[in-house]
Amino acid sequence: MGKPVETVIITVAALLASALLVALFIAFTGNNPLDVFYTIYRGAFGSSFSWQNTLVRAAPLMLAALCTVIPARLGLIVIGGEGAIVVGGLTAALTGIALSDSGPWIVIPAMLIVGMLAGGVLVGTAGALKYYRGVNETISSLLLNYISIAVLMFLVVGPLKDPATLNKPSTFSIGDANMLGSIGDSSVHWGLAFGVATCVLLWFVVRHTTAGFAGDVVGGNARAAKLVGLPVGPLVVAACAVGGAAAAIAGVIEVAAVHGRANGSLNAGYGYAGILVAFLARQNPLAVIPFAILLGGIRASGGLLQRVHDLPDATVLVIQGIIFVTILASDLFYGRFQWRPAVVPASVATPTTTQPAQ
Amino acid sequence: MTRSIRNGIPRRRFIQGLSAGMAMAGLGFPGSNLWADSKVRMGFIYVGPRDDYGYNQAHFEGKTAVAALDWTKTVDEENVPETIEVQKTMESMINLDEAQILFPTSFGYFDPHILKIAKQNPDTMFLHCGGLWDAGKHPKNVGSYFGYIDEPVYLSGIVAGHMSKTGKLGYIAAIPIPQVLRNINNFTMAARSVNPKITTQVIFTGGWSNPIKEAEAANSMVDQGIDVLTCHVDSPKVVVETAEKRGVFSCGYHTDNSALAPKGFLTGAQWQWSTVYKQYAEMIKNKAPIPNLVRGGIKEGIVTSSPYGSAVTAAAKEHADKVKAKFMDGSMQVYVGPINDNKGNTVIPAGKSYAQTDMWLESMDWLVEGVIGSTKA
Repeated sequence: MGKPVETVIITVAALLASALLVALFIAFTGNNPLDVFYTIYRGAFGSSFSWQNTLVRAAPLMLAALCTVIPARLGLIVIGGEGAIVVGGLTAALTGIALSDSGPWIVIPAMLIVGMLAGGVLVGTAGALKYYRGVNETISSLLLNYISIAVLMFLVVGPLKDPATLNKPSTFSIGDANMLGSIGDSSVHWGLAFGVATCVLLWFVVRHTTAGFAGDVVGGNARAAKLVGLPVGPLVVAACAVGGAAAAIAGVIEVAAVHGRANGSLNAGYGYAGILVAFLARQNPLAVIPFAILLGGIRASGGLLQRVHDLPDATVLVIQGIIFVTILASDLFYGRFQWRPAVVPASVATPTTTQPAQ
Repeated sequence: MTRSIRNGIPRRRFIQGLSAGMAMAGLGFPGSNLWADSKVRMGFIYVGPRDDYGYNQAHFEGKTAVAALDWTKTVDEENVPETIEVQKTMESMINLDEAQILFPTSFGYFDPHILKIAKQNPDTMFLHCGGLWDAGKHPKNVGSYFGYIDEPVYLSGIVAGHMSKTGKLGYIAAIPIPQVLRNINNFTMAARSVNPKITTQVIFTGGWSNPIKEAEAANSMVDQGIDVLTCHVDSPKVVVETAEKRGVFSCGYHTDNSALAPKGFLTGAQWQWSTVYKQYAEMIKNKAPIPNLVRGGIKEGIVTSSPYGSAVTAAAKEHADKVKAKFMDGSMQVYVGPINDNKGNTVIPAGKSYAQTDMWLESMDWLVEGVIGSTKA
């Protein structure tokens, strides 16, 4: 019980500290921090419209974050979310176009399967290159992003272009009948449900299955994992592939719920924002949900900040950056506080610790 | 609030009614009183930064001009991507700022984003930059406006044709879409009207904002002996600055770029959106019907040429001014046959010509003779 409590306390304290730093920054720009905080609240969580605005932005961030979270459990830093979104969306659009007469109950699942496969293969490649060829996975996944975007633009401007989309080159449409709708009466599309469900599912896998445990062992010490007979190579590739598949869902949703076609708008930066969420969530799939909502909210309020306070759009980036740095710095405080000194020796004295501690 | 998210199913809580308390907090926003007077309320949305010396700054300058009128109230937002985020920005401007007329200026905002939000908000007028509106397909509260920027690009081409010593011009462009091809063709034909041996090298960077590729393209062009550079990307800053650094001439695009290249700047094609935005604001003020399509060129004051740079010779100025006068009186036609493309095919036979407003020109997919490059990107 001690560890989650410590995590929550340190995280909340870090958020409060970052709020203080943000307030200083805002005061420095000549605005009243309280007014600006109220505007952020109003734009992010202050009304039903704001909540929908926040959630619709949070959905792709959740899925993109998982692309970094899952490989991170095995000690890899993968930043291929953007590429996975792009290939996921592109292949999903092609699938949707090919099957567009089959009805949404066939089209949407097919788009999801194909998109996830494509994203999985893409980011899985980074994992395979790492394990079998020793290529740095951060660099290779970043380069795979560039390649994916270039392939998307080549295909969308060239062979796959719908000739009717003259000045905004796009593929053909998957058809209005096949589009994924909104949740209930809201304007929030079903991508949010996919995001939350995927986070919960992967949290369960990571925490409560042997595969998840094996992954954590690899992350702890890959060599030791190998010595105890774990298939480290396949685990590394699989973790990257799962992360890529998760991010690819975000691309599929962009096509199925928003654009109806694949075009340059798939490359909107969700993949990179997802990296931020992954680190804020300390690579915990469940914690991704609230942090994606927090970041989605800050981004949702960006418009009001510009319109009400005349602040530049970069304000949102500064706020995100301050939160990011503060949360990362708060890592220093784990294990530093002895709230209950009595408990620590007690746990050391339990019969499970047969070896000397150090 | 963080606690409620962690404990419960957030979706259900906020979306279904979100309980009276929250909703009332929403209604009590100062936004609803802010516009109680009878001012014309306009909202502007840009895809990039307001100060990019390019596409977005051109619109921001237009917005600034209408904002100065005492009977308007304007709001704007920069860096809004062409995703569901622009839908949210439009809704927010309608709900919180009570905007009567919205100008989502980026090309990619139109379909599906503007079309979707316009259907849900029939009392708000949506005017989109780019001329995509189609009476048969699109809602009545949507409209398009656009300028024939290829006219001042033609004038840039004349000046470039006079100033180039090597006879090699360079065009750095985003993607081979009709609007871009039309600018490249106009530039090249104008330069070749001065000196038929001139060629224009084209490099497509693949995106509207690729500063690194733009710089690489500009440098490689200068290395090849090209001595006038121009571009069609969202921000001309990198290309014009690189040209200045390498000591070659440049023609600007979107806004007045002369400050970026005090020595080598020749002239440029720039928008004057203030003309259009003031017209729209007056129509709303006078409750006049708003036309769904507004187009115009140099004559209508929607586009213009930047003032000539210090290097431009008197002969070049005189030639360009003469053609400008013909654009002003409507006697100038660019697409008069015979015109060949750069693969040797005749695209416009002798005796055939296309007026500036001809829709055929809007689906251009060829590069004129004298352009080195391919529409295949």
